[in-house]
Amino acid sequence: MKKDILDMDSLSVNEIHSILDMAVNMREISERPIKKVPTLRGKTVILFFYEPSTRTKLSFDIAAKRLSADSLSISGSMSSLVKGETLLDTAKNLEAMNPDIVILRHSYAGAPHFLARHLKASVINAGDGTHAHPTQALLDMVSVRQRKGSLEGLKVAIIGDIAHSRVARSNCVGFTKMGSQVTLAGPPTMIPQGIESLGVRVAPTVDDAIEGADAVMMLRIQKERQKDTLMSTEREYARYFGLNLKRLERAKPDVLVMHPGPMNRGVEIDPEVADGPYSIILDQVTNGVAVRMALLLLVSGGNRNVDSD
Amino acid sequence: MSILIKGARVIDPGHLDDICDVLVANGRIEAVQPADTMQVSQDDMTVIDGRKQWLTPGLIDLHVHFREPGQEYKETILTGSQAAAAGGFTAVCTMPNTDPVNDDPAVTGLILEKARQAGLVRIYPVAAISKGLKGEQLCEYGELKSAGAIGVSDDGKPVINSRLMRRAMEYASGFGLRVISHCEELNLAAAGSMHEGPRATRMGLPGIPSAAESTMVMRDIELSRLTGVPVHIAHVSAKESVEAIRAAKSQGVAVTAETAPHYFTLTDEAVEGYNTNAKMNPPLREEADRYAIRQALAQGVIDIIATDHAPHAILEKQVEFDRAANGIVGLETALSLGLKLVREQLLSAEVLIERMAAAPAKFLGIEYGIRTGLPADLTLIDPDRNFTVQTGAFKSKGRNTPFGGMELTGKTMMTMVDGKIVYSEKSDNKS
Repeated sequence: MKKDILDMDSLSVNEIHSILDMAVNMREISERPIKKVPTLRGKTVILFFYEPSTRTKLSFDIAAKRLSADSLSISGSMSSLVKGETLLDTAKNLEAMNPDIVILRHSYAGAPHFLARHLKASVINAGDGTHAHPTQALLDMVSVRQRKGSLEGLKVAIIGDIAHSRVARSNCVGFTKMGSQVTLAGPPTMIPQGIESLGVRVAPTVDDAIEGADAVMMLRIQKERQKDTLMSTEREYARYFGLNLKRLERAKPDVLVMHPGPMNRGVEIDPEVADGPYSIILDQVTNGVAVRMALLLLVSGGNRNVDSD
Repeated sequence: MSILIKGARVIDPGHLDDICDVLVANGRIEAVQPADTMQVSQDDMTVIDGRKQWLTPGLIDLHVHFREPGQEYKETILTGSQAAAAGGFTAVCTMPNTDPVNDDPAVTGLILEKARQAGLVRIYPVAAISKGLKGEQLCEYGELKSAGAIGVSDDGKPVINSRLMRRAMEYASGFGLRVISHCEELNLAAAGSMHEGPRATRMGLPGIPSAAESTMVMRDIELSRLTGVPVHIAHVSAKESVEAIRAAKSQGVAVTAETAPHYFTLTDEAVEGYNTNAKMNPPLREEADRYAIRQALAQGVIDIIATDHAPHAILEKQVEFDRAANGIVGLETALSLGLKLVREQLLSAEVLIERMAAAPAKFLGIEYGIRTGLPADLTLIDPDRNFTVQTGAFKSKGRNTPFGGMELTGKTMMTMVDGKIVYSEKSDNKS
């Protein structure tokens, strides 16, 4: 396995397979009465979150603790960045404390790549700007694979603000790499130029994208996008681009409904869909811990001999 | 004291391209004759062997940022002048976005005084179009012209207000000042940090669409048509801008344009890995744009190669891509990258020198050429010299270039201003 997990582009098919397999093993640990193994005892994991996050940070923190690593977290507001320190200086200071793994969430694309170049410790990208969110994509893939057995040949629809979604980008790359067909839909203002170069199709309508889908992933709509002139109103968005039961009828009967959270109920997803029988939204959260445990273990030297093809 | 440059291929676009001997005395060109036909006494004379080299009119860079006054940690007029001389340039135009802005005759005067103290290359200050580059109020063009400014530009920022731009063009023409336009529609460029396209989408970086440049190019062309005042488009990067300029020229609009070596050499591929040394504004675009820029240079749609030399300190580049400063240094690599176009047979040697020396001189309305009686501003070039770009050896304080480590062919051997040698490759390598 690589030193760093930065994006889905840099992971090989073999590496992805081994991460997904390892995650399945890790899930079992979380189901035990004593949810802790000593594997990473003595390792230091720093959770470095420049951007607010509840679920991802908690998920990484739980993952580290279940493997007996010492995890500490620094948030953007308490970090020295606020005091004018550059990311490079912060990196050098971190280095001096000899951490083993640094988990970085940052509002600028490429920040984890920058940190990885300057640190001996492993860097795991927990989301960088609108670029990548590889651990989210991996947990999405684990969740789908758990239900469908394989990702090969599946039709996956991703709906919403693709332009501002690192989740969408990482899933486009990841699912496509594993043999799924990814279709995107959303208002044209939210479809970034040249996204087809990731090997995905852009559907003219949401209905078209959902047609025959094995999995439908809805993306969070941020209210600020109204100011960016990317949409008119939430009301209109819900009507034309939101997921409701009627629209879902076009998908396969055993379709999976996903959402990376946090949801805007009634905007991009109807409550009856979010809480309905097709929803695997809470599985995603459970698998998030498992995937992050797998990654912590793999970058720490477990199974280093997986080929990078 | 006089200097004889023997046996070089003398390239004076439109006048001469032959192996000649050139005699320089008292700051001027004394004689130009076919090789070995000159009758001179060798006493008190320096002889330079110019064989297998080109002797051209001094290169002129219409677009540099020397950062003085205000940001001397990035560059000074002295270090910038040294970089220019080492790059074969005998004259440069400094952009006004210093601190304070060159919107006041006192700043223009300071720049010229520092240039005189440096005593290397000629510096032609470009003053601001608007007070403080704010796009609100015209500067005192008459005063700035008297202080030595040759043109006006709000470079680094566009003039958003079209009426102000129109008035600037009209008012500047009355004082014989050139108008240089930084074309950027800021609402379209928004918070972009690289060219908008598939690569930006994949890298998750906010994009700057080509239309952010081309719509402003089109506006300024229309303002030139309206006013009859010539306008010069700075740092053209997009194929749509090229097409607009081509159409305008064919309709007789008095528009001229420059591009920079990075736009005809690189594409946004150079940004991969979030390389902040490939971040500039306008951004590196796609292969189709690079191709269009190259064709435009060959066809004369783009008249001039300028560097947009923009030195920054390392601390402004060793940060997250979105936060990194825009711009790269260019003076010490421009000629070599231009010569690459000659080796690739896109341009003839004569056309390259036209783009880098003759056309900028005509734009500035200054004397140039290799003819008896003219000021001896000359550049001696070895077009076959191989070297590796070593940023540590730059005269510029800036090390911010995507060309570091690149193998290039063709180098400045000697630069002469007013008959005085301001750069010599031989003594440079000894030191």
